[in-house]
Amino acid sequence: MTPKPDMSVHLGGLRMKNPVMVASGTFGYGPEYADLIDLNRLGAVVVKGISREPVRGNPPPRTVEVASGLINAIGLQNPGVDGFASEYMPFLRKYDVPVIVNIWGRSIDDYAFVAERVDAVDGVAGIEVNVSCPNIKEGSCMFGSNLDMFKRVIAAVRQKTRLTLIPKLAPDIAGIQPFAKAAEESGADAISLINSVPAMAIDIEERRPKLGNVTGGLSGPAIKPIAVKMVWEAAKAVKIPIVGIGGISTAPDALEFIIAGATAVAVGTANFTEPATAVAIIEGIDAYLVRNGMKGIVELVGSLWK
Amino acid sequence: MLLEDAKVLQQREIQGGYCLLVMSAPAIAPRVQPGQFVHLRVPHLDSAVLRRPFSVYKADHNTLSILYKDVGRGTVAMKALRDGEIVSLLGPLGHGFPPPAKDKYPVLVAGGYGMAALYLVAKNAPVKGTAFFGGRFASDILCVDEFKSLGWEVLVATEDGSLGIQGLVTDALEIWLQKELKNREPEFFACGPNGMLKAVGARTIRGNWTAWLSIDNKMGCGVGACLTCVQKIQTPDGGWTWERVCKEGPVFECRSIVWEE
Repeated sequence: MTPKPDMSVHLGGLRMKNPVMVASGTFGYGPEYADLIDLNRLGAVVVKGISREPVRGNPPPRTVEVASGLINAIGLQNPGVDGFASEYMPFLRKYDVPVIVNIWGRSIDDYAFVAERVDAVDGVAGIEVNVSCPNIKEGSCMFGSNLDMFKRVIAAVRQKTRLTLIPKLAPDIAGIQPFAKAAEESGADAISLINSVPAMAIDIEERRPKLGNVTGGLSGPAIKPIAVKMVWEAAKAVKIPIVGIGGISTAPDALEFIIAGATAVAVGTANFTEPATAVAIIEGIDAYLVRNGMKGIVELVGSLWK
Repeated sequence: MLLEDAKVLQQREIQGGYCLLVMSAPAIAPRVQPGQFVHLRVPHLDSAVLRRPFSVYKADHNTLSILYKDVGRGTVAMKALRDGEIVSLLGPLGHGFPPPAKDKYPVLVAGGYGMAALYLVAKNAPVKGTAFFGGRFASDILCVDEFKSLGWEVLVATEDGSLGIQGLVTDALEIWLQKELKNREPEFFACGPNGMLKAVGARTIRGNWTAWLSIDNKMGCGVGACLTCVQKIQTPDGGWTWERVCKEGPVFECRSIVWEE
């Protein structure tokens, strides 16, 4: 019998038993999907973005379905870093799955504050830094589009934590490579991309925006080819591992990202369609490796035929 | 909460674009409480990333049925479902209606196919009461005989007067409250458009009664993760908080709901 392929990957000091995580904002804080899938099967759980203080988020309607995608403007509703730690971490600690906490803020000080708090919470494996939420009017966005601000916020977070640090890059920037390099130079252990793509939809009868926030971020299969290209470009610019995100709903989708250069992937909107998507993708990747006689997933990362 | 591949047993248009879909769902069906819903993945609609939520109309040990109207691309695609096809269901979801209080007179108020969410309430109620069905036209008034055969009185209002009294369902309710309520204390169970729910809630508060309202906000994941379907709910300190219609709801007591202006 041939040995099972090695599915494990590393993001800095964080070892994942397989390369498939669930993306921030699409999996709640864990309990929401725990009845439906075994969280222990996942490579990691990335929880919904948290901030210094609790945030109420945007007025409804908060999401709108479009062809092969979803535009969301939730507005980062969350219980705040202390609320998250007390309400959800006792639950998550019961599982043998790395927990990556997505953080965001309106100032560098906010980011540093939340990172320091998260670093002190037992059971957290990593921090994903959201510098690119399209749904927050002040702050967050500029950290993802201004290279100097981006470096400063990543360096500030790095100072406060030794956990695996993963800046999440925005798609709506002039070029992905300078930001990928800046993340690497500022001490990031990995980068994740892409965040949702700024978008809007209009009700033509009412002549009103379909979202309470007017604009939002597009996710789902519609953005997958954009994301694959950005991962491919980023992979050429940095040595740190990349987490590929954007419209992944099947194992072939995930494999495209991995071949383009992603070490791991995150399943987002597809969790809403089919809660067991991530588990099916893990099984599909495993079967692909077996079929192609590969010893491990690492062989496949960035193996695009040129 | 379970994921189940349900099998279509029957799919037919009842009237005026309203359809009945009966499925074999032996895992989910026996667990359904009145007022709960299922999240259905529409087959043959790959461009859809969201499931569609439907109140459970009827449920027994093996089968579960829903009522829907062909209003969007999801429901239009559902009309093509054929007997024997497999449909992925997530459910039962949400917190439904509480059991009717034994010392009160149960009153159902439904707008359009809102009555679907009330059938199991009617069926399980220890005391049979009065049900009000409203719609724009006679074709919007569904399944009256189904409720009558459970022993309920059914009173109808249509906006065009083509069935029952002419007016809103809340007009029919008001007439009844004036003439027929007598010294009984009503307990309301309602499902329909927000305007109707708001009116039922306001009347309930004026009468110092109780009303359980099932809210139908636009929904995303159905399990509490995405925070799409949030509703403003009063907090004990006089403020408000967003609660998830899919998780804490869809049924709330009328006093707890903060309606948008």
